[in-house]
Amino acid sequence: MGRIAELLRALGTRVINHWVWRLGFATRFLLLTLKHSGPSFRRFYLTVREIYFAGVLSLIIILVSGLFVGMVLGLQGYDTLARYGSSEALGVLVSLSLVRELGPVVAALLFASRAGSAITAEIGLMKATEQLDAMEMMAVDPIARVIAPRFWGGVLSMPLLAALFSAMGVFGGYLVGVRLIGVDEGSFWSQMQAAVDFREDIVNGVIKSFVFGVAITWIAVFEGYDAPPTAEGVSRATTRTVVISSLAVLALDFVLTAMMFRGL
Amino acid sequence: MARIERAARVAVRKSSGLKFALSSFPDKVTIPNLVEVEGVTFGYDRRRPILRDIDMVVPRGRVVAIMGLSGCGKTTLLRLIGGALRPDRGEVRVEGRSVKGLSAEGLYAMRRKMGMLFQFGALFTDLSAFDNVAFQVREHTALRGALLRDLVLMKLDAVGLRGAAHLMPSQLSGGMARRVALARTIALDPMLIMYDEPFAGLDPLSLGVVGKLIRSLNDALGATSIVVTHDVQEALAIVDTVYYMSLGKVEFHGTPEQVRASGHPSLHQFAHGEPDGPVPFHYPAPDYAQDLLGGA
Amino acid sequence: MMTRKELDLWVGIFVVIGMGALLFLSLKVANLASFSGADSYQIRAKFDNIGGLKVRAPVKVAGVVVGRVSEIHFDNETFEAVVTLSLDSRYQFPKDSSAKILTSGLLGEQYIGLSAGGDVANLKSGDTLKITQSAVVLENLIGQFLYSKAAEGGDKGNETKK
Repeated sequence: MGRIAELLRALGTRVINHWVWRLGFATRFLLLTLKHSGPSFRRFYLTVREIYFAGVLSLIIILVSGLFVGMVLGLQGYDTLARYGSSEALGVLVSLSLVRELGPVVAALLFASRAGSAITAEIGLMKATEQLDAMEMMAVDPIARVIAPRFWGGVLSMPLLAALFSAMGVFGGYLVGVRLIGVDEGSFWSQMQAAVDFREDIVNGVIKSFVFGVAITWIAVFEGYDAPPTAEGVSRATTRTVVISSLAVLALDFVLTAMMFRGL
Repeated sequence: MARIERAARVAVRKSSGLKFALSSFPDKVTIPNLVEVEGVTFGYDRRRPILRDIDMVVPRGRVVAIMGLSGCGKTTLLRLIGGALRPDRGEVRVEGRSVKGLSAEGLYAMRRKMGMLFQFGALFTDLSAFDNVAFQVREHTALRGALLRDLVLMKLDAVGLRGAAHLMPSQLSGGMARRVALARTIALDPMLIMYDEPFAGLDPLSLGVVGKLIRSLNDALGATSIVVTHDVQEALAIVDTVYYMSLGKVEFHGTPEQVRASGHPSLHQFAHGEPDGPVPFHYPAPDYAQDLLGGA
Repeated sequence: MMTRKELDLWVGIFVVIGMGALLFLSLKVANLASFSGADSYQIRAKFDNIGGLKVRAPVKVAGVVVGRVSEIHFDNETFEAVVTLSLDSRYQFPKDSSAKILTSGLLGEQYIGLSAGGDVANLKSGDTLKITQSAVVLENLIGQFLYSKAAEGGDKGNETKK
């Protein structure tokens, strides 16, 4: 009995000291980043540079993955729909699953591992090699000059990447469904257009990807800034960024889906 | 931006009208002190202080060395002077103004008159040598174009690396990187230059070059320098005053000659690089013979 | 290292194709262009039973989509479902047109089918359709079928007795 109480107490202390404390610190860090975001927009080239590293460099992986996910959806979806004699609904199946779920979520997961890890590693290394301290000593605020542009670069890139993923996916589904299998092209598009709603599906998808973008880049810049200034510390922080932001994306997706499509 | 500049102007006006508080050390009364450290105690956690009751003065125009073994709190002292850390007790004054009482803006205004060379240079890895030196100028002044270019090339020329302006930090050797970092440190002609282990990891040739640069730049710019180092011979050759620290306390201070002649046991061991002395060669351990037998 | 210009160019390309993808999703996938909602008028129709009709279900005339269901609510006075239809202003219909709830395919989505009447005056915004036909509920249909079969069987039994 006493040992169980001891164990619970140790666990509680750890949770409070480590997780709750870190969450509070991360929140304060986010507010600080938002407060010092002025230069990211006044000197927009700082942010443009980060959009290049977060967005443009993620293009290849996003476009190729989107195409393949769409093609697989086309194949699998056709197989299932043909059993019920409604293979013309393939366009609906492909587009709705992409626009509502797969586009934002898979693009966010890819973004977390491609751009999020890079952001953490870069900031962590800048900290480990005292570049952030040097900046601080030059009377330049590293949060305004280094953190905020990376944050906004990621946040602005994410919705565009998710839209590209979905568009490529729909194109992939079209290639397999219409060109390869021979579903009627007219009904493929018209059924899709009848079923996909702009407000309900497209806008909600964009909102989702924006939220994911905020979550991932927040985690990435925070983990980098908070990393112990050693090689081991930076590599562990990079891993943590990918793990935590992937979990955060999936959990947020559930919450957002429940709010948007179930009206909770 | 405008607000910081206003704060900086106010700071300059205030300091120019101020008589510098004279040092408590009688031998330095003639030269005003740029930096005064008075009774500073500091620890990262409360139970284990890194620095205990430090007193130190840095007169204007001098090069002062802070020496001691690794981990004795030298770098921490630099951070306290730069305002990156705040002392638990005591006070740090720069130009007679307490660093402790400064607001964030006041602190930044003060730092614009300081330069700090970090241990391994801390060059921004994503910027070329030129852009590294230009960084501070671009951030803090309206200089652009040809004027900026001339200023940056002048600074790079001062460290002999005008030809390497286009190189990235990854393409520079250790000694060159340190010199580019030095050029970046002096880009805005600071009144106080702080060096954190400027000699660490350099080959003998670069060692000599960096040492010579520290002295000549200090005199050419009319600046004041603080050098934190454990490279005894290099430091003694260029500095005016030495503070020797051990275990978070100032053990000795004086001129390089006094250091060489000193009979202070731990300083003597440090200055002459003897393997055993007051600082033992062995980490505390149980008796060797017992340890070997006990394991069987 | 990239120059500022190259960087700007790449980011520009990225933003353009990203926006292009959003446009593609809005226009080609969601068909935003066909019903912008700005040029439409609202009419109402009351039904005894709307079955599985949902908001945003299409309104069709002769198989052509002319509008969508914008609102469904229950009238507690008459115990009927009141469906608000948002019709494209390009299309005008006579005042005595009728509305039916139909099903696309055997198990497909339900939609509203309008049939044009013969009145000279056209429907205006806020008008209510007089003639409506409720959704066909499968259970009722099966019930009716069984009932009529049973009745038929009963008749036959009587005949043989005679």
